[in-house]
Amino acid sequence: MDRFSWSNGLLEIDETLVVQQRGVRLYDGDDKECCLSIPLSQIIFFEEQAAGIGKSAKIVIHLHPSSPSKEPGPFQNSKYSYIKLSFKEHGQIEFYRRLTEEMTQKRWETTPVSQPLSSGTGTQAGKTRAVGIVGIERKIEEKRKETDKNISEAFEDLSKLMVKAKEMVELSRSIATKIKDKQGDITEDETIRFKSYLLSMGIANPVTRETHGSGTRYHMQLAKQLGDMLQAPLEERGGMMALTEVYCLVNRARGMELLSPEDLLNACKMLESMRLPLRLRVFDSGVMVVQLQSHSEEEMIASALDNVSDLNTNYSSSLSILLSSLSFLNYFPRLLLAEKVGHLCRDDSVEGLRFYPNRF
Amino acid sequence: MSFEWPWQYHFPPFFTLQPNVDTRQKQLAAWCSLVLSYCRHHKLYTLDVMEAQESPVFNNKKMERKLSVEAIQVVFEELRKKGNLEWLDKNKTRCLVMWRQPEEWGKLMYQWVSKNGMVNSVFTLYELSNGDDTHGEEFHGLEEWMLLRSLQALQTDGKAEIITMDDGKGVKFF
Repeated sequence: MDRFSWSNGLLEIDETLVVQQRGVRLYDGDDKECCLSIPLSQIIFFEEQAAGIGKSAKIVIHLHPSSPSKEPGPFQNSKYSYIKLSFKEHGQIEFYRRLTEEMTQKRWETTPVSQPLSSGTGTQAGKTRAVGIVGIERKIEEKRKETDKNISEAFEDLSKLMVKAKEMVELSRSIATKIKDKQGDITEDETIRFKSYLLSMGIANPVTRETHGSGTRYHMQLAKQLGDMLQAPLEERGGMMALTEVYCLVNRARGMELLSPEDLLNACKMLESMRLPLRLRVFDSGVMVVQLQSHSEEEMIASALDNVSDLNTNYSSSLSILLSSLSFLNYFPRLLLAEKVGHLCRDDSVEGLRFYPNRF
Repeated sequence: MSFEWPWQYHFPPFFTLQPNVDTRQKQLAAWCSLVLSYCRHHKLYTLDVMEAQESPVFNNKKMERKLSVEAIQVVFEELRKKGNLEWLDKNKTRCLVMWRQPEEWGKLMYQWVSKNGMVNSVFTLYELSNGDDTHGEEFHGLEEWMLLRSLQALQTDGKAEIITMDDGKGVKFF
């Protein structure tokens, strides 16, 4: 692989660090081998190669022939015109995305050239026609550029989300290690920060390494679809629907191309971040519901309180099922929520569980 | 004069230990004051946990609600924290209820003593708690353990001295 030149690992004047990924193995063509640098302008085209059993995911990068004025590198000659980057510690999705962004922007063309590049490497913004394989590759790349524009816009929100999630994951890791090492208490600050992050993000699981918390385009589209489709049913059911109900409704409506529960869950998790009028809520008991954004907690509590005080004295859980058209599954969490806020208190006896307006 | 029950006594949730922390605090406060005022009214100085379950305080028969044993323990623990209760045994089956603190008792007795010009005289404990002279005073009928504590409190203040006599204890007021 003769496109590489040795570098000292530091950034040159016009170079900026886009993304760094550890544990990437370099393949010269298909040969395995082992801080090497290669200018992005040398890249014609690149693609992902999915992971297989025993093989990690790879990105294949096709390169121009090396220029004669290139600085010395590990190889003088190579029979391949492409390299492979093998991601041993995941991160290929992120790397691929960043590489795509950089390739679309082609920042090295706008800044003054400080690296020895001959003009003959043909890295102009792709309108020049070329024949042969290079031409075909060029056309494919153009097509990609267009679709990628849409993706990168959507990904912006997600990358912000990811940054926040990363902070939170680090914080939770530090807390976990502190607890493990028993190095004194967690500071007040960190606990508060931790809690505020959890509240704002609603994340139960930390960011996974493979996906970096970014939903795929599929989930985003799905979330949009759900947003449109679920408005009417939610209105009918008083603004809240259990996730199982949503699953049944959605799949029944789709007929073909059914959703897996996992896909539905991932799509629902993105509802809030995409600023759709719906959101996913998880109660303490573990029940998950999809809720209209307009259906705030206060309204729920107020309605629960109204129902309870309407009957003037007490209000048993079973009676509430008869009187309200909502299912028990929806109503009981409301009662619990109202109790948690302090509007209701409970009466637990041999006669059963009842809720009263909190007169304490 | 019959005992007046507070409004909470007729409110069914009062007999269920509330999970909501704020509500529970208010509930426990109400229970504490109920227990203390009941004991004060009936001049109860000790309570047995098993008996307490059937006592009208914790068992509202008319409403068919009663406080569970766990909840009673919680209420007692709350009283203990406030300084109104002391366990007599390690198993927490019997306890002393101090609906009035020893210092207050001591003050009451000293007031009576000085009002009647009996400073510098000696009393036996029995005279104080059960004598004819003290009939009608609030501390009449005070149980000995409480009487002693109250007198000890006065002693610390320098207003009295406990004397050991042949057939028991006595006290001299200054």
